[in-house]
Order: sequence, then structure tokens, then C-alpha cells
Amino acid sequence: MGNYLIKMPDVGEGIAEVEIVEWSVAVGDSIEEDDLLCVVMTDKAAVEIPSPVDGQVTWIGPEAGITMAVGADLVRLQVEGQGNTSADIPPDKSMGESTEPVQMSTGDPEQSGAEAEAAKATHQPGESAPVAQSVGSAPARGIPRPEGERPIASPAVRQRARDAGIDLRYVHGRGPAHRISHSDLDAFIAGSGAAAKLTGQLADTSVKEIKVIGLRRKIAAIMQDTMQRIPHYTYVEEVDVTELEGLRTRMNNQRRDDQPKLTVLPFFIKAVVKALRTFPEMGSRYDDEQEILYQYGAAHVGIATQTPSGLLVPVIRHAETLDIWECAAQLKRLAEAARAGTIGREELSGSNITITSLGPLGGIATTPVINSPEVAIIGVNKIAKRPLWKDGGFVPRDIMHLSSSFDHRIIDGWEATQFIHGIKDMLESPALLFMEDQ
Amino acid sequence: MESLSCKALVVGGGPGGYVAAIRAGQLGLDTVIVEADRLGGTCLNRGCIPSKALIQGASTYEAMVSHVGKEHMGIALSSAPTLELASMVSWKNNVVDKLNQGVAGLLKKAGVRVVTGWATFSDAKSCLVKGEQGEVSISAEHVILANGSCVSALPNIPLGGDVISSTEALDLDRVPDELAIIGAGYIGLELGIAYRKMGAKVTFIEGLERILPLYDREMTRPIENWLNKHEVEVICQARAARVETANGKPVLYYQDNQGQEHNIAADKVLVTVGRRPNTQGWGLENMCIDMQGASIKVDKQCRTSMKNVWAIGDLVGEPMLAHKASAQGEMVAEIIAGERREFDARAIPAVCFTEPEIVGVGLSPTEAKQQGIETVVGKFPFAAIGKALAMNAGTDGGFVRLTARADNHLVIGMHAVGTHVAELSNQFALALELGARLEDIAGTIHVHPTLGEATMEAALAGLGKAIHA
Repeated sequence: MGNYLIKMPDVGEGIAEVEIVEWSVAVGDSIEEDDLLCVVMTDKAAVEIPSPVDGQVTWIGPEAGITMAVGADLVRLQVEGQGNTSADIPPDKSMGESTEPVQMSTGDPEQSGAEAEAAKATHQPGESAPVAQSVGSAPARGIPRPEGERPIASPAVRQRARDAGIDLRYVHGRGPAHRISHSDLDAFIAGSGAAAKLTGQLADTSVKEIKVIGLRRKIAAIMQDTMQRIPHYTYVEEVDVTELEGLRTRMNNQRRDDQPKLTVLPFFIKAVVKALRTFPEMGSRYDDEQEILYQYGAAHVGIATQTPSGLLVPVIRHAETLDIWECAAQLKRLAEAARAGTIGREELSGSNITITSLGPLGGIATTPVINSPEVAIIGVNKIAKRPLWKDGGFVPRDIMHLSSSFDHRIIDGWEATQFIHGIKDMLESPALLFMEDQ
Repeated sequence: MESLSCKALVVGGGPGGYVAAIRAGQLGLDTVIVEADRLGGTCLNRGCIPSKALIQGASTYEAMVSHVGKEHMGIALSSAPTLELASMVSWKNNVVDKLNQGVAGLLKKAGVRVVTGWATFSDAKSCLVKGEQGEVSISAEHVILANGSCVSALPNIPLGGDVISSTEALDLDRVPDELAIIGAGYIGLELGIAYRKMGAKVTFIEGLERILPLYDREMTRPIENWLNKHEVEVICQARAARVETANGKPVLYYQDNQGQEHNIAADKVLVTVGRRPNTQGWGLENMCIDMQGASIKVDKQCRTSMKNVWAIGDLVGEPMLAHKASAQGEMVAEIIAGERREFDARAIPAVCFTEPEIVGVGLSPTEAKQQGIETVVGKFPFAAIGKALAMNAGTDGGFVRLTARADNHLVIGMHAVGTHVAELSNQFALALELGARLEDIAGTIHVHPTLGEATMEAALAGLGKAIHA
């Protein structure tokens, strides 16, 4: 038997540290080669870390939410034969010690599995602390106080509650016979008091502590930074997409059932790509520390995509080389990969303009946040049938809005308006989308 | 005419009003209290205190009589003691005077102005006080009505002459040979028992089925036993019809439960059929205040329907007890001073200074059952309490009874009957206010030898493990 140390592997170029998002193993688990050890978050993507060998876990690294350096100790295993390290279990070996006896004393495999589950549970991110806290201080709910019954509390507690404007009927008493003590009142005032179950609607005073980790933490940091650095200018324009919708329907009708259908998004991508030819500054990236604007010939279009773990922006690279069907295929592939969590880090970076769409939920107008360091983001709102005054009467038209934000340090309002009008023209007369550039 | 204005005007100097005024003064409110009679109200002048003094005198006399011509505890008196009721009354008056001056001193210390006279309100915030020193017009931001109550009379038996109320019964100059009492509630019983101890032949006419109808039968039985033993006749379910005079003495006619008329010749007929709120003769009708039956309607902060007019004590109805009035008075003064208060007592303890005494705090087992609460009851007799026996107080059938919820043992009622048990009432009230369970009381070390040990034993009995039973 030997000890095997797994260090945090290099997960991508230029990445020095990663955040542990979730552990898939716990101390005591027996694992095989390629079993998932944990998921870590880089600056862009979640990366799964597999085990290079078989063995039994004797130690795991920091809990979820903690950022650790690449190359730092991640997991220690006990392996058959010689390990890769002679060092024993590192200083913090309490976990190993506390679970090993359990393993040995339980002959029943099912039970040992449950024990392992329990051990694992204590390492779950964001769970261990609140759970422990709830055992320690949050009052357990007891017998509901029958309607109309007065809470049991001493006159001094009652007076304090009145002074604080608290109705003691909503305070849980942890004392015998659910007597409310001064400390119960303190707990209630501090916000951890659970309301006693009466009837009807109750004030729910519970507060859940959720650690912001992983992708959410990344998004939070980026959004905060973006909004602090970039003076946003948002412009909303109305677009009549009746003809575009007609064209799209026709194109889809010619497809076989097994072929993917077009959404409106590929048309927008095409329109943006073509508009960038006229307004190349819209597809630039601004390094505000160096005060240099990088203007690209390419159109790497980021597509804001909601995934179960949060917002990601996969990138359609060189959209200027793709026809409408290829755009559609790329969109589908990237969205699926992003949602499945299998998307690579290289496909989540490098865009120079971003399109954000909430699809049918898209609202009337939005205030999109620029995907820094880009300078423009195009927001697509939903399409709705609206009456339009035309030739002396109202006619039903498919109307949608484009809500777009620009970095006002680089883009002035007038230019932004021109850019959006260029897109609008193409979308309203979709034939323009397919005309050769002059 | 003098004219006053103040922040808080208190009407009535009884235990509700004077406590409100003192607290208001202590809290820095400009306060005026108006009292037509002497400070202290019914409680101090013609209620709680004087009756307790007479009961003490009567009990002392009775104890001495019990030693006349026969040895008891090794003590024998060769001749009967004499009883000068007029002297006892004057001793009682000394006690009252002393307390009276005490109240005046406390009001002065709190910076409260006392106006002597009868206040009549012209609107909710202004009144005219007519007194011996002339008239004073007072207007106030807040008015605390603490006008108290007066004895109820029977329409067919007007008070006067030898038909007396409790007020006169506290000021008799000789013990009546025969005393007929209409109403066997706590006031009638306290006075009747005192006069019986002083040698009067006492007969009760009670309209209901039994004495002290507010207490359950188990509680009142020791008193019934005492009355029987001392040849006090209690005629229940009887209706007092009229009083006629024969040979210069009153004769009380009454109908028994069959409708048959009987009569009792007596020296005095004492009418103790309850008390009613004082709502007449002081301009209440000019104040636009809502009533609830015979009393003033108030919320749990003692607010009336008129803004900044408050009512406390007997004026707002049952229970008409001095300590309830004081608690309300204190609360109202604090509310006016800007504090958050409300009347949320778990129980208002009540005591009857009968022989033996009765204490009731909270619910009886029957009342609990009526409210749908399942109970456990723990009871312990004073006959098994050393101190009671040593005080010659263990043979009157007295006991302590605790009523607790069956599910969590929270004590919801504490009752006792027995000699000197009135002093246990505050422990009972404290236990209820603090939300004690049977285990709390059972787990509290009680002093030996005291009557209060019965409380601990009753709690243990409720838990099924009394030591001395």
C-alpha cells in the first residue's frame, strides 16, 4: 500500500488558480481511475478534474467555494503498490481518522455506503455551516400553539416584546411548554426566529445563507466591474420583422422534419456581421488600462446563454465566414454544450460583440450589460403582433425591439443610432442580408 | 373661579386613580387628581382595609373566647373578654387614617396636585370641581376616569336605618344580636363571618344555589363547614322580598325556592348584593363615551371610545378588585408618558377573607374543561402540613389545588382554601405569569415549615409523586 498525492492539474493556458465548485468524492470513498474528483471554476468555465489512478480517498483539499492554486495538493489516495509520495496524511487528518473507524466497524456495505454519504454531506459546499448552525441556534418547530392561545412568557419578556413592537405569537419559545425566554426573543430580533405555526398566512422570517460561489461569483464580479468601469448608453429601436418572419417561415417550410429549423437569431447574427463592415468600431475591444482600442476584422459573436449554473457567453468564431444555416448549426451546438457544461474554455472567450436574447420572454426593452471589454451588446426583445398605421389604416405587423448598450467612452450616441439603423434596415428588408457587400 | 389645565387629570382617588396619578407624576406629567371624599377610595376607606381590620379584631376576640372557661393549648381565661365595637372601629379608623395620610404624602412626593371636590364633566376633557374651597375648572389633555363603584341596592329593600350596606357595617357601634345578610358573596361572607365571630347570630339569604358561586364547590365546602359548625344559617335559592319594621326592629321577608314566604327578625339587615360602576352624577353623558353594559367600554390599554380619555378599575367592570385597578392605573400613566403598555395579565388573583380564606388564580379544572383544555389536577391537604397543624389551622378541610395542562404541564390555575392562605396568592400569580410548569413548582425548594409547602406537594401530586400523601 502506498500514498498517492494528486495535485491540482493545469487546466488551461495562463490559469494560475481555480475555485473548487463541488466535490464528487469524500474521505473514505473508493475510486477508480477517471472517476470525477471535483469540479473547479476557472475564470470562464467549469472544469472537471478526474482521478489519474485507483485508490481510496484519505484526504481532500479545501471545501467548495475556496480558491486554490494550480499545483496545490488536491486529493490524497491510498493506492495498491507504491504510491507517488512517502509523506503521510497532511496535518489536518481529523477527517480521515473520524471516518476510518466507521468504515472498519460496519460490515454491512449498505450501511457503510450511508456512512460515506454522511461523511460526504459534511463536505458539501455551503451546506455544512448552515446545517450546523441550525442545530445549534435555530429553534426547532414544536407543537403549534393553538389558535387564540396566549404565548407563554414572563411579564418582563412580554414587555420587552411590546417595546420592540414584536407580537409574541410569532416567536417560537424553546423553553419547557414552549415558554419564550429572553434569549428566544433575542434570537427572533436577530432574525433567526422561526414563526410558530398558527393558521393562515404567516410572516416567514427565515433567512437562508447562500454562499455565492463558482460561476455565480464570477458573474457577480464581472458585472460589478463592468458596471463600475463602463458608462453604458442604451438605445431602444423598434423593428418591423413581418417580412423577415415571412422569409423565415418559408425557409423552414422547405426543410425536412429531421433538419434543424431557423430561429430569428441567425438572421440577427448575419445583420450584425454585415453592419460591422460599415461600423467596425462596434466590434472592437477596449483595453482601458492601456487606452488602446483593438479593432478586429473578424466577427466573433458572443451569444449570451442561460445555463442551469448561470449565464455563459459561448462564441461563434468568424461569423463572417458562415452562412445562415451554418450560423444556426453553430448556435445550436454551442447552446447545447454550454447547457450541458461540456463547453470548452476556448469557446467561452474571444468575442468582440455580443448578442443577448431572452427569446419569447424578451420583454419590451432591456438594458443589456456590455460583455467587457467589448464596446457594444445587441439585445433582442420579443416579437409581438402590433397594429401599425399604414396606408390609411391599421395593419397587424410583427414588431420587435432592439435594446442595445454601448460603451460611451468609445461610441457616441449618434454612431450607435446609425449602427442600429443599419441592422434595422436589413431586418426590415431581409433581402439586404443576402446581398454581396460592395 | 380658579381654572387649571394639566397634562393628565385623574378622577377618583382610589387604588386605581391614586396609583395612576403617582406614576404619572413620577414620569414627569403635569398631573391633577380630583377626589370628593378621602384619598384611598372604597378600598382604603370602606372596603379592603377596614374590613381586614375588623376581621382581625373579630378573630382575636373569637380566639380569646375559645379559651374562656376551658383550657386550649394550655391557655384558659377565667372570665369572658369584653368587646367594645366602637373602640374596635376607632382602632380600625386609625389604621385607615394612617394609610390615608400615606397616600396624600405619596401624591405630594410625586408632584401631583390634589383637588378636593366633586368633578362634573361638561365635555370629555373639561370638568368643574365643586368643593368646600369653591369651584375649580379643570381642562386636561388626558383624562383618566377612576370613579370606582358603589354598592348595589335592591329596589324593594332601600338602604337606610337598620337596613345597611357594607359601608355602615364597618362603622357599627355595637355588635347586632341578630344580623340578616342578603347575598352570600365574598363581601357578605367576610362581614357576616366577622360578626359571627363577634357573637352575632347571622343568617344569609342567597339567591343562587350556594355561597361564593364564582368558586367551585370543592373550594367553598370548607367555608360551608365553618358556617355550619358556627350555626350560621345559609338559605339558598331564596329571594329577599321586603323589610318591615316590627317592635322597632327590621323584619326581612323572603321567599324560599318553593315560593313560600318566610321572615327573619333581626337587629340589622345587611345588603351585600354586589357593586356597580359609578356612572351617574358626574357628567359621563357629556363625554361621548361608549358603554358596555353598566360599565365603560375600554380596550386592553384602557382607552375609551373618546380619544385620550381612559377608564380604569371598577368603572370598567369585573373583576372589581383594587389590584386590578392599580395595575391598570399604572399602565395608563405609562402609556400617556409614551411607553408601550397593554393589560395582558395572565391572571388577576382574587382572595376572599372568609373563614377559612380562599385564593383563586387562573382557571379551575371545570373552567379549563369548558375551554376544552385537558388537565391534570394536583391537590394537597393542609391536614398533612406540619405548619398548618402547629398553627391550629389544619382541620378546616383546607388544601392547595393546582390545575395544569395535561400535554405540557403548564400550570393554568392555582387555588387554595385554608387559614391564612391569602398570603399564598402572590406566589400563585407569579407562577402563572412566569409560565411555570408543575415541574418548576415541584422543583422549587419550599421552606419548611410553612403553609406554602402544600403548593409544592400539590405540584408533586399533579405529577403523581407527592411525598407526604
